[in-house]
Amino acid sequence: MEKNNWPLWEIFVRSRSGLHHKHVGSLHAADAAMAIENARDVYTRRNEGVSLWVVESQHITASNPSEGEALFDPANDKVYRHPTFYDLPDGIGHM
Amino acid sequence: MQHLEEKFQAKIDAEIKIEPKDWMPERYRKTLIRQISQHAHSEIVGMLPEGNWITRAPSLRRKLALLAKVQDEAGHGLYLYSACETLGVSRDELLEQLHTGEAKYSSIFNYPTLTWADMGVVGWLVDGAAIMNQVPLCRCSYGPYARAMVRVCKEESFHQRQGYEILLTLSKGTEAQKRMLQDAIDRWWWPALMMFGPSDKDSKHTLQSMKWKIKRFTNDELRQKFVDVCAEQVKLLNATLPDPDLKWNEERGHYDFGAINWEEFWQVVKGNGPCNKERVEARRKAYAEGAWVREAAMAHAEKRRQRQATATAQSA
Ligand SMILES: [Fe+2]
Ligand SMILES: [Fe+2]
Repeated sequence: MEKNNWPLWEIFVRSRSGLHHKHVGSLHAADAAMAIENARDVYTRRNEGVSLWVVESQHITASNPSEGEALFDPANDKVYRHPTFYDLPDGIGHM
Repeated sequence: MQHLEEKFQAKIDAEIKIEPKDWMPERYRKTLIRQISQHAHSEIVGMLPEGNWITRAPSLRRKLALLAKVQDEAGHGLYLYSACETLGVSRDELLEQLHTGEAKYSSIFNYPTLTWADMGVVGWLVDGAAIMNQVPLCRCSYGPYARAMVRVCKEESFHQRQGYEILLTLSKGTEAQKRMLQDAIDRWWWPALMMFGPSDKDSKHTLQSMKWKIKRFTNDELRQKFVDVCAEQVKLLNATLPDPDLKWNEERGHYDFGAINWEEFWQVVKGNGPCNKERVEARRKAYAEGAWVREAAMAHAEKRRQRQATATAQSA
């Protein structure tokens, strides 16, 4: 079996102007230019996008899911960050 | 370990998706690798029986549609291989398993496509059965597989429609065309029913897969749904399904249908179908003949990287 496998790339598509790029999947390619070309053929055959980002998978640093609770815990008890925390009378109109 | 398994099952029961880096039981991972890779191989091998007719499509319109469909199937294979790789298996390992015969793919693709009518019937019945299987997989508990299935299902509906349109045209054609249509249905009907897998009482994976919410319906449930739909759709083609026992059952609210020849099914699974050898051989050949392209692309990319590095060093 050959050892020089094409690296894996993560593909992000902006479906139309004004929206974020969104992760759609991955593919193998020898380099970034080829990753863009292949992503065009694989992920945007039906006008799904106006812009593509490709990132080599090994360059993505991800948070560890087993530490997820500890990582996101600090946000859990901060209800005062939400507008519904504040008591205001009904008559003030939209605020 | 016990604790982890319970937490895992609780997540599944609460319809929380499992993502690649989440803890999962080894058997869950293995089951998914087997199922997703089989599915990916089916998409890729499935290109062969239809690729067979691209150059002989009867019009430019039909040729464009068939070409686009076969290209879609390549894409489906890629989405699925990618989803499978998130479970920690490499693309090369997966292909190796296909090429050595260790991994299976859908038996339906071991039947030959003899006439143009087969292109219609494959779209109608084979893609139709695939859709029936794939729609519930969009809610599969494993995130990457479910997301791949959403993309696949969006693309599949044109496949089935173009197939049915081919058949409708033939059904309004000459006597010879009508005969060709009926002959294709006769040859593909039973193998299409087998696409749903062994009957529930013989399916060793179904129970666990349902518990893990990889599967949402049993093989027999999906097969029945498929029969009910096709029994109606065939009428519009002025054709019949080759089953003397096919009859509407008022009480059940379903069509009754005849016994499936499971002996044939297992023979094809074991490698003794009409085209098994030819299909795997074609995949092996394509892989071997593509080796120089894969190597050349890597060499080219490396050369470009070095050139760029030198240029940056000089301009600094
Ligand atoms: Fe497909
Ligand atoms: Fe398809």
